[in-house]
Amino acid sequence: MILTGKIHKFGDDINTDYIISGRYKFKTLDMKELALHIFEDIDPDFYKKLKPGDFIVGGSNFGCGSSREQAVLALKNAGIPAVIAKSFARIFYRNGINIGLILLEADTDLISQGDTLDIDLKNGIINNKTKNISIPIKPIPDIFLNIIQEGGVINYLKKYGDFKI
Amino acid sequence: MTITEKILANHCGQKEVVPGQFIEADVDLVLANDITGPIAIEEFEKIGAKKIFSPEKIVLVPDHFTPCKDIKSAELVKILRNFARKYGVRFYEIGKVGIEHALLPEEGLTLPGQLIIGADSHTCTYGAIGAFSTGVGSTDAAAAMISGKVWLKIPSTIRFIYYGKLNKYVGGKDLILWTIGKIGVDGALYKSMEFTGETIKTLPMDDRFTMCNMAIEAGAKNGIIEPDEITFSYFKNTLNNNIQNLKSDSDAKYEKTIEIDVSKIQPQVSAPHLPSNAKDVGEYKNVKIDQVVIGSCTNGRLSDLKKAAEILKGKKVNSQVRCIIIPATQKIYKQAVDEGLFDIFLESGCVIGPPTCGPCLGGHMGVLGKGETAISTTNRNFIGRMGDTKSFVYLANPEVAAASAIKGEICHPEEIK
Repeated sequence: MILTGKIHKFGDDINTDYIISGRYKFKTLDMKELALHIFEDIDPDFYKKLKPGDFIVGGSNFGCGSSREQAVLALKNAGIPAVIAKSFARIFYRNGINIGLILLEADTDLISQGDTLDIDLKNGIINNKTKNISIPIKPIPDIFLNIIQEGGVINYLKKYGDFKI
Repeated sequence: MTITEKILANHCGQKEVVPGQFIEADVDLVLANDITGPIAIEEFEKIGAKKIFSPEKIVLVPDHFTPCKDIKSAELVKILRNFARKYGVRFYEIGKVGIEHALLPEEGLTLPGQLIIGADSHTCTYGAIGAFSTGVGSTDAAAAMISGKVWLKIPSTIRFIYYGKLNKYVGGKDLILWTIGKIGVDGALYKSMEFTGETIKTLPMDDRFTMCNMAIEAGAKNGIIEPDEITFSYFKNTLNNNIQNLKSDSDAKYEKTIEIDVSKIQPQVSAPHLPSNAKDVGEYKNVKIDQVVIGSCTNGRLSDLKKAAEILKGKKVNSQVRCIIIPATQKIYKQAVDEGLFDIFLESGCVIGPPTCGPCLGGHMGVLGKGETAISTTNRNFIGRMGDTKSFVYLANPEVAAASAIKGEICHPEEIK
């Protein structure tokens, strides 16, 4: 599977409150509405610039802060198929895997605002088409790939009954 | 093995586990609150689940926006309440509820050696009693409610050895803010933080809770302290003996060891907008404040309130400052009344709220407006955390917060004596 899209770049330590502000997080059951407000506190017009299929790129420790799944759900509901960062905060990472959002660790210094990427999951490579360079993706453990392929941990458990580890 | 590795090995039926290994572990307790619980319940229902693996191991604590601040929050708590009635899981109603991470240990629901997951990032608090406890998402909580299991990657461990004598007005909050300041907000990413050393061995339980509570602010999977005499007396000596073997082996492998001389640590204050912006309180000059919050899962326990009261006794909160005190649970609230702390707070001009997370996450009961500044005993000072995106939160211990309430600007408790 190859995903193609433009990127929106952010820095280090992007926390879950920046991804979806605390002002909206009590509307927990309306993810479509939450999606309209992503990144609002650090970029008020962000949602207007976003097209379905675009990727988010961050630095290190992306998704730090609260455990609220609203952060990954809002990204997914905004039509973002994948987030690429140098590293992810651990609860955000679990949440992404568990709901089937693709989270990739790679050297994001090689990606600039507005670049267009091809993400080749099978071969573990990001092709930066704007810069014409290949960036390796840190290998994803099989257990995560299997959960993502089933569309998240609930579907996975429904199918297999346990985690098959 | 380290204590963390031992607990995880115990819960996946293996003799030994190593960092990086994936395990399927049995959970002893699953926690969710009024923000994360409704999504977990929605997932639970989506899969068509009909029963909980073990209802007594599920706890629903509506603490974030309660007493319900508006119609939406009331609807969310209703989802928890109805689910709890239907499936017979534990639910804490107003009048019994408190801030989850102060409430559960108080209720005896968290024990040394357990594996606890909670759909709240500060679930790592229970490491203070020698449990492996970690924050997860709502879907994890739903999966665990159904199956009793969670997938985990064994973390490597950083050992922090604290030695030396604590300075006056320095406690668990200062040790953890200082430590996060040294290693950064991702300094323990995916890892376990094991707090040990002679200073920890004499550190009171409430301070231990504060330290483990903020392990997540360094990105850690868990924070943990080996159970000892202080732990046993916390449980009023009701623990059984085999728990005494819950210690890291002398040949346990650590990713690294950091030794910290606490006699060099002064009260710490973390400036906006990261907990890692920790500096000595003395480095803050002329930082005027509008609000003080003393409470939260980090510092809303009885000893925290006592420390604040010692500073506030016989003094007045500055006329330019609003000082909000929030005891973390009903029991703490009652003890604070019985010990006369409420008289001190009321006479000095503080307002006292019911147990709630409230202002910590900008929910209610003390939200900041544009341009306003607070000093707070809470755990996060991200942009917009306590209110407007143009507001500012400084993190500190209860004595520094109380002293600052009197002076009207950030100050060392010595200054108002």
